[in-house]
Amino acid sequence: MTITSAGTRRPTTRSDGEAPVLFTARRRWSESVIKLVLRLAAILTIATTVGILIALVIPSISFFSEVSIIEFLFGTRWAPRFAQASFGVVPLITATLWTTMIALIVAVPLGLGAAILLSEYAHPRLRKILKPMLEILAGVPTVVYGFFALQFVQTTVLREWLGLPTQAFSVLSAGLVMGVMIVPTIASLAEDAMSSVPSALRQGSAALGANRMQTSLRVVFPAALSGIVAAVVLGISRAVGETMIVAIAAGNQAQIVASPLDQGQTMTGFIANAALGDSRVGSLEYNTLFAVGLLLFLLTMLINAISIGFVRRYREVY
Amino acid sequence: MKADNRTSESDIRPLKLGGNAERAPRPLIFLGLLWLSLLVAFSVLVTLLVTILVEGLPVLSSDLVTEYPSSRPEEAGARPAILGSVWVIITTAVLTLPLGIAAAVHLEEFADKHNWLNRLIELNVQNLAAVPSIIYGLLALGFLAMLQVDNKNIVIGGALALSLLILPVVIMATREGLRAVPREIRDASLALGATPWQTVWRQVLPASVPSIATGSILALSRALGEAAPLLVLGALVYITFDPNGLLSGYTTLPIQIFNWTGRPQEGFHQLAAATSVLLLIVLLLMNALAIYIRNAYQKRW
Repeated sequence: MTITSAGTRRPTTRSDGEAPVLFTARRRWSESVIKLVLRLAAILTIATTVGILIALVIPSISFFSEVSIIEFLFGTRWAPRFAQASFGVVPLITATLWTTMIALIVAVPLGLGAAILLSEYAHPRLRKILKPMLEILAGVPTVVYGFFALQFVQTTVLREWLGLPTQAFSVLSAGLVMGVMIVPTIASLAEDAMSSVPSALRQGSAALGANRMQTSLRVVFPAALSGIVAAVVLGISRAVGETMIVAIAAGNQAQIVASPLDQGQTMTGFIANAALGDSRVGSLEYNTLFAVGLLLFLLTMLINAISIGFVRRYREVY
Repeated sequence: MKADNRTSESDIRPLKLGGNAERAPRPLIFLGLLWLSLLVAFSVLVTLLVTILVEGLPVLSSDLVTEYPSSRPEEAGARPAILGSVWVIITTAVLTLPLGIAAAVHLEEFADKHNWLNRLIELNVQNLAAVPSIIYGLLALGFLAMLQVDNKNIVIGGALALSLLILPVVIMATREGLRAVPREIRDASLALGATPWQTVWRQVLPASVPSIATGSILALSRALGEAAPLLVLGALVYITFDPNGLLSGYTTLPIQIFNWTGRPQEGFHQLAAATSVLLLIVLLLMNALAIYIRNAYQKRW
């Protein structure tokens, strides 16, 4: 911002010859080269998005020339590797929905509870200790969460301790652990939103005789609603795109998941698993990966757009 | 809030305020629930750590670091995976840091904020941060196929996917660092006759090195723990040699953990837990370093 003011000065010095000569002409030439390089680096981020789209769309076009879009979106049997191949993506979507729903049931109350505590109750010194501790949860690699989901939650808790009728894998264990993983995401964004509510609102509420619980729930929470919704939506998109936990703990049998104790293969789980096999570039198997990837990409972009739109429309400006 | 207590304790109570007091049952239960939510999250973290420590500690020895993978758990180690992780992360850093910092400098220092292209870039960086990591694996896979590279399991391929994955994180961290440098520093530099680029290169960037370093280390630690894109790029292979170049085959620590977790034998699960301990220690050290740099070197203006 500041430097643009200097930038606007340059043309005037250049155009009127009376300006003091500062031997800057040569530097200016190299300067514009540097600026061009910087600009190219920034433009490269757009090239990444375009690259993602091209990389996903081109194999998907070949895929959809062999499989109809209707069969793909609404077919209920996913068996791309069988002799009687079938490409209905509904089983993958049901598994993704289950794991995401279970994760949200865990993460939304825990994340929002933590956010209210940190923003409305905790002393700044306490917050300085609790927040980094919470962020450790976000720093644990997802593959370690996957190990934990399979070896501890599924095997020990669900089967041994609770004696639930579940096999080696379940969408429940994957979803529960995924929920804990996204707690810090939701907590940190929701806390930011609530902290930015001006304290005049809290004081006004207290002056009217409300206690902290009433102030938090009826004044701060509604005022920060757009940011809180954005936090939850980002949590959803993390859950939909999460791969390693579901690849390890949810199982890899593509079936319509009817109960949380069933195993199931999510969209990401399919991509991870199918990529393990060595499929020839351009084969239908190879293209299937990208068709599912495209669906996943569009889905997360849609979720993200909803989040951005929600923030724009409902944000309270103070 | 102190006002509540006083009114509720006083004798004159024309208004019904009892339910509003800070220490009435409902607010106390509410506060208890808030603490419970943090407690649940932390206890899961503790349980996770205890689980991998209990499983992993018995086999956490120097063999894990020096031995090659094997079909027998008692002989297997993660040496190639450790070296593979080092190769991939260093390559990722070399690819992504100059690019991310350059893009951030452009957006923060030179870009006209009202130009449609710059606004598009900004929105796009936000969007890229929300793209699932596995999609970056597909991007790199498609790119390698386009270049007609037959063997997709090469260090540079994995590093490419991870670089693009953490690029938005590096850009956002760098921009925040640049933004924290006060305007007066730039004005003074320009007033002394420095060009805009000299101002950035000699004043603004050096002043924001600590926060850029902190953000970059955190971004790289994310790349170090990431497995999904590399899985797509065929990093799940049996490697019994040390990776030795950008075109070398490789596997990484998270992939090795994934591999061992999926085996039926209990011995491999122990190895997976031990490797997880190792990975967590490295990540913890990286985070500690990042926090140390931030606290020790960050300038307060």
